[in-house]
Amino acid sequence: MSENVLKLENVTMQFGGVVAVDNLSMEINKGEIVALIGPNGAGKTTAFNTITGVYEPTNGQVSFLGKPIVRNHPQGKMKKAYKGSDAEKFAHEPVLNPTPDKITALGMARTFQNIRLWKTQTVFDNVLIAKHMLRTSNVFSATFRLNRAEEAKQREEVAELLEIVGLSDVRNELATSLPYGKQRRLEIARALATQPKLLMLDEPAAGMNPQETDELTAFIGRVRKDFDMTILLIEHHMDLVMDISDRIYVIDFGKLIAHGTPEVIQNDQRVIDAYLGVEEDA
Amino acid sequence: MKHMKREHLITAAVLLALLVGAFVLDATLPSYHIAIKVVKKACVYSLVAVSMNLLNGFTGLFSLGQAGFMLLGAYSYAVLCIPVAKRAGVYQYFDGGIVQFSLPEIFSGILGDTVGGVVGMLCALLIGGLIAALCAYLIGLPVLRLKSDYLAIATLGFAEILRAFFQWNALGPLTNGSNLLKNYPDLGGAAAYVILVGIFIAIILLLVNSTYGRAFMAIRDDEVAAEAMGVNLAHHKRLAFIISSFFAGVGGGMLAMYMGTVQALSFKSAMTYEILLIVVMGGIGSITGSVLTSFLYIASLEWLLRGLDSGTFLGISSPIFKNGFRMAIVSVIIMIVVLFFRKGIMGDRELPDLFKPRRKAAKKGGDAQ
Amino acid sequence: MQGLLPYLINGVSVGGQYALIAIGYTLVYGILRLINFAHGDVFMVAGLIMVYSSATMPMYLSIPLVLILTVVLGFTIERAAYKPLRTAPRMSLMISAIGVSYLIQNLAFYFTGGLPQPVTNPIPWISENVTVFGESTKRVTLVTPILTALLVVALVYFINHTKIGMGMRAVSKDFETAQLMGIKINSVISMTFVVGSFLAAVGAMLYFTNYPSVAITSGGMPGLKAFVAAVFGGIGSIPGAVVGAFLIGISEELIKGLGYSTFSDAFTFALLIVVLCVRPTGLFGEKVTDKV
Repeated sequence: MSENVLKLENVTMQFGGVVAVDNLSMEINKGEIVALIGPNGAGKTTAFNTITGVYEPTNGQVSFLGKPIVRNHPQGKMKKAYKGSDAEKFAHEPVLNPTPDKITALGMARTFQNIRLWKTQTVFDNVLIAKHMLRTSNVFSATFRLNRAEEAKQREEVAELLEIVGLSDVRNELATSLPYGKQRRLEIARALATQPKLLMLDEPAAGMNPQETDELTAFIGRVRKDFDMTILLIEHHMDLVMDISDRIYVIDFGKLIAHGTPEVIQNDQRVIDAYLGVEEDA
Repeated sequence: MKHMKREHLITAAVLLALLVGAFVLDATLPSYHIAIKVVKKACVYSLVAVSMNLLNGFTGLFSLGQAGFMLLGAYSYAVLCIPVAKRAGVYQYFDGGIVQFSLPEIFSGILGDTVGGVVGMLCALLIGGLIAALCAYLIGLPVLRLKSDYLAIATLGFAEILRAFFQWNALGPLTNGSNLLKNYPDLGGAAAYVILVGIFIAIILLLVNSTYGRAFMAIRDDEVAAEAMGVNLAHHKRLAFIISSFFAGVGGGMLAMYMGTVQALSFKSAMTYEILLIVVMGGIGSITGSVLTSFLYIASLEWLLRGLDSGTFLGISSPIFKNGFRMAIVSVIIMIVVLFFRKGIMGDRELPDLFKPRRKAAKKGGDAQ
Repeated sequence: MQGLLPYLINGVSVGGQYALIAIGYTLVYGILRLINFAHGDVFMVAGLIMVYSSATMPMYLSIPLVLILTVVLGFTIERAAYKPLRTAPRMSLMISAIGVSYLIQNLAFYFTGGLPQPVTNPIPWISENVTVFGESTKRVTLVTPILTALLVVALVYFINHTKIGMGMRAVSKDFETAQLMGIKINSVISMTFVVGSFLAAVGAMLYFTNYPSVAITSGGMPGLKAFVAAVFGGIGSIPGAVVGAFLIGISEELIKGLGYSTFSDAFTFALLIVVLCVRPTGLFGEKVTDKV
């Protein structure tokens, strides 16, 4: 049995009366590429945001490398309004609600559906800023340049990383002046710069043409190999998902409706009904 | 790489020339000459504007508390530096006040008159900065969670509270109530101001170009992305707020030094607005811009445009050149910049960028949209 | 308690005047998400116009003139200083507002020579002295809350029952969608400034009846306080602004009555900071969640 990296137990996210994620449980093991798919509005990004600390889940627990990192149970007004299940399961354990930066510090890095690069910064600085998290210097030593060794080391690592992802030639360009595909790649490089153990990609192929998607597929495969990375992926492009995923979780209306290998999912009638049958973009 | 060197050499030469110029002014002109006064005041404004730029321009936190932090620095400096012998006169309504020592005098006793006096004054400036920083730390906890315009109005409110507090009679033994504080020493001439402000601004520059400065800019560009990449928002915002306030406090102390008198009444929100507009005119995110505009603004107001207020300007006499015309013209210019030249004089460029080969600089300007 | 009564009466009156200014802030914020820093200065200019016009012409001409000129000023500010920045970041808009405030004050300084302009010819009937509960006060103190109430009722009717009012509500809910639905954004925004300036003009005429003179800085404090009132009540909400304004007016006067005049301004801002930290959306504000 391989090592467990991420584990969701009974995660429910309810906004007012709307249950966006309903009792979702899933697991990702070391070295796997796992995809989370579902029709538009199925709750994929919401699930993503509860894992990364952007939202506080209404109920449930998220564990990372065997340790609980996010945990909540319905409280206050939500106690009455809660529509999900297993409200009692975590009621007696302490609530854990870290901010996204704490979760990133634990070794989970993400990209965004709508690219969020720092637009006044160069390609190089975009990646370098992600290294800020790993610093040992404080504001005084950094200001008065007592951290030269660390700074030099980080710059070297960034240069290396840019080499690997093939962005070396544009390192001094502004991030936003890159073509779309390269911006996506830069976002992934930026996430890798935090030295994560789990890489989370939120619709990395959104808005890409077939050729760019193919390149991205190859790129993600390479990232897994070169960095020995575990990857969780939200995606709409079925080709990409079926190509590179080891396992797939399918959700619809916030609920898990199927899970298994790409072959199993492709032949699952519920998935075809809910999703593949109405898939419109390719 | 060769060009980099050249740009920095030219920049260093320009800065050195400025310093030499300040020394020449000091040596050739009497200390009350308008040119020296302009340089001194412009230095103070430069420091305060750069400190505001650090927060509003580089970190993207729209704070309007600058006048409040300057007030803290100004009062600290004045209270700590009034000679003991003159305290009875200054605090005439409060039995000479409760502070019965003067830092320059204490240090003079140890280090001799000249050195001791300077050390004492510098200490007083730094203490003023630290007090401002401490205040920033305390109010930063609740206030920095607020979003853009709410943050602006909360910090503005904080500055107004401070202003009222310092005028309170019960604090009179410390602050002299609503009366003036005066008779404290000044550091020296134009060169002293240029050196001191130069050092402080250099420190801010180093900070901006460090890993922390980059994190600040990441917060400005995209807060959500910064947090997702491991930048602790609360910590870094507070850090920027504290550091900016520290330098605003020091700047306030220097303003007190330059003016010769301090009164809480003069640290109004209008002062904050004035500095904000200087930052905007210089270019939000450009330290060079803030400094350059401070000098232009002060020189125009205090010197070059004087004639607009007193009847004759550039040899033209007109009845419309009466009291207040100068400010009216300046504020029209400000509005034109705010509306039509939104990047200000410098955009986000710094001094070395100006000496880069022409095409490269133009490209950067074009891309920065 | 008896000693505090005149302060209480005054507080109600000041509160009413703040309310008239606060509505201008809250309307503009609701639609443009802009703290219109220049609004307090518009209020001050209305006071100046009143001083000048009432000295040279009869009341039945000067009052409409004050209203019209102030409205024109508000309209012009929006067209000249805010409209060009429609697509700019919010920070630019706020900076522009601060710039306008600076410009108005400096222009006013130029035209007045920097001297406070004495209110020599106050509006007759409301500036006469009357006696309430054994306390002597000007009639304006009593007129203000009543007039404020009437104007607020009229405004609420206007917003809920006219086409342009419906446009204002739509724009404040969702700027882009309203635009797509064919609402003429620019005329709605202009209308907002017209209404806000009109109320500020009424507020100024009442406010300065109680004061001996109008100075160029006279707009700053009442403006800021009215803004605090708007935030306190939940910015964007008209009833909120009115309730907030009365609360602030009354507490401020009571603090003066208790002998802490120095802190009457500070209190308002302390209240602001507490409200912002505890309940940033104010008493009646709607909760907004950010989308990632």
